[in-house]
Amino acid sequence: MEILHSALLQRALVEVIVLGAACGALGVWLLALRHAYAAESLAHAMLPGLVLASLAGIPLLVGAGAGVLVVAALIAFAARDTRVGSEIAVGVVVTTAFGLGAVLALAPDVPVGLDRLLFGDLLGAGTPDLVAAGALALVVAIALTAGHRRLALAVFDPVSAPSLGSSPARAELALLALLAIAVVAAVQSLGNLLVFALLVAPAAAATRLGRSMRAQLLLAAALGATAGVVGLFVSAELDVAAGGSVALAAVVLYVLAMIARPRRAGRRGGTRRSPVEALGSG
Amino acid sequence: MSAATRDTLVRLEVRGLSASYDGTTPALHDVSFSADSGQAVAVLGPNGGGKTTLFRALLGELAPAAGSVRIEGATAYVPQTERSRLDFPVSALDVALMGAYARTPWYRRFTAADRDLAQVALERVGIAEHARKRFGALSGGQRQRVLIARALVQDAGVLLLDEPFAGVDQTSEEAIMGILDDLRAEGRVLLIATHDVEQARRWDRVLCLRGAQVAYGPPSETLTNAVLEATYGAEIVMLDCGHRAVAVQHHHH
Repeated sequence: MEILHSALLQRALVEVIVLGAACGALGVWLLALRHAYAAESLAHAMLPGLVLASLAGIPLLVGAGAGVLVVAALIAFAARDTRVGSEIAVGVVVTTAFGLGAVLALAPDVPVGLDRLLFGDLLGAGTPDLVAAGALALVVAIALTAGHRRLALAVFDPVSAPSLGSSPARAELALLALLAIAVVAAVQSLGNLLVFALLVAPAAAATRLGRSMRAQLLLAAALGATAGVVGLFVSAELDVAAGGSVALAAVVLYVLAMIARPRRAGRRGGTRRSPVEALGSG
Repeated sequence: MSAATRDTLVRLEVRGLSASYDGTTPALHDVSFSADSGQAVAVLGPNGGGKTTLFRALLGELAPAAGSVRIEGATAYVPQTERSRLDFPVSALDVALMGAYARTPWYRRFTAADRDLAQVALERVGIAEHARKRFGALSGGQRQRVLIARALVQDAGVLLLDEPFAGVDQTSEEAIMGILDDLRAEGRVLLIATHDVEQARRWDRVLCLRGAQVAYGPPSETLTNAVLEATYGAEIVMLDCGHRAVAVQHHHH
């Protein structure tokens, strides 16, 4: 197989395995806390930063990080207006950022094409990308291990969490910061659009298959890495885009999980109350 | 943990407590009451009457705008089970062990003592055989008992129970009632938020809230028609020539 002999493909393979595992595990908590929209928004929001970094000739990682920070500040500013609210603020700011990024990226002076920014350049992964992916995996592993109990409380019982010694708001904020780091680290290889697939699809498959949170996290990491390997092999064999191939492989794994274990109609909890509560004698 | 009286005495004292979420509009105004070891206090009031605000102030999550809260002993909150995410993959034992989170650093596994404590707590509430079952797969009454077990693992002297009988069947209600009686006998202080006047009658004291304190005292003195009407306003319906009160809670959309 060509992939086993080409140094280019070998680097891409290591990159996608490490990114797939890190994004997969992170995605489980993102889905548990219902932050899939935040993941997509963060990924899209960094496009102008990527383009400007490309124009300025600085590493795309720096541009992506700066882009995320600016957009987060704009969202926080817009959400302060109670007439707007956070969801609308995210929608407006992210759409504006994405549109601005597309306009900038289509300018003739931009050395990196829009397609590479959107869909990544997995086969172009160099040593800095491998180092960034490795550092990301390490940070994700440490952070998810250290924050496991706090995140569990934030998902399972946020109302009681403070009385159990944990702040759900801080746990969610830490997870979103981790998400921003993951997106920044993965965007060069997987692209602005496709990184979302590795954050969500393996995690969604794992939540169907795993019976405990620990099992889901390990499964999601394994499925993320598997999607990367399968996608890269298919890309090499069929000579199709690597990023797109990895994203499709991740989605196929989710569909297989869905077939293997259809979700039962379950109780999700919430704040349901009976409309009338009859009380006793008085 | 045993059914014997606890060594630590517990006392709860609230004086002139007012609390607000926005710093201007008081959600709860001028509440004063106290409870000693072994007393159970029913906290009665309509939705929005201040029961949750009082609990948050007692837990220290909401700073008093006026007055003071003094609690001798650890405090635990026992929520309604429907407020938990029932699709989250945790077992009953996992949930009971959450009571040990605050004293276990993230880099340490739970001690054997904490695991034993959780197992014993589940046994005490009659759920030991379901310890490995998924929390969301248990019945409402079983889930409520697991959450009480979690408070026992916290070793709380004061338990704040948010409508512990809501949505549970008669058998579970009796089982929970027996557990709460045991906890009271051990010397713990229980505050039980409820809409149920019949339930409130079974505890040592009743605190009636409607944004402010309406009444506090033994049920025989507190649960009068006048107090109930002042507590529930137009939401109270008197039946059986005034011998039976039914409070109608409106559904919030």
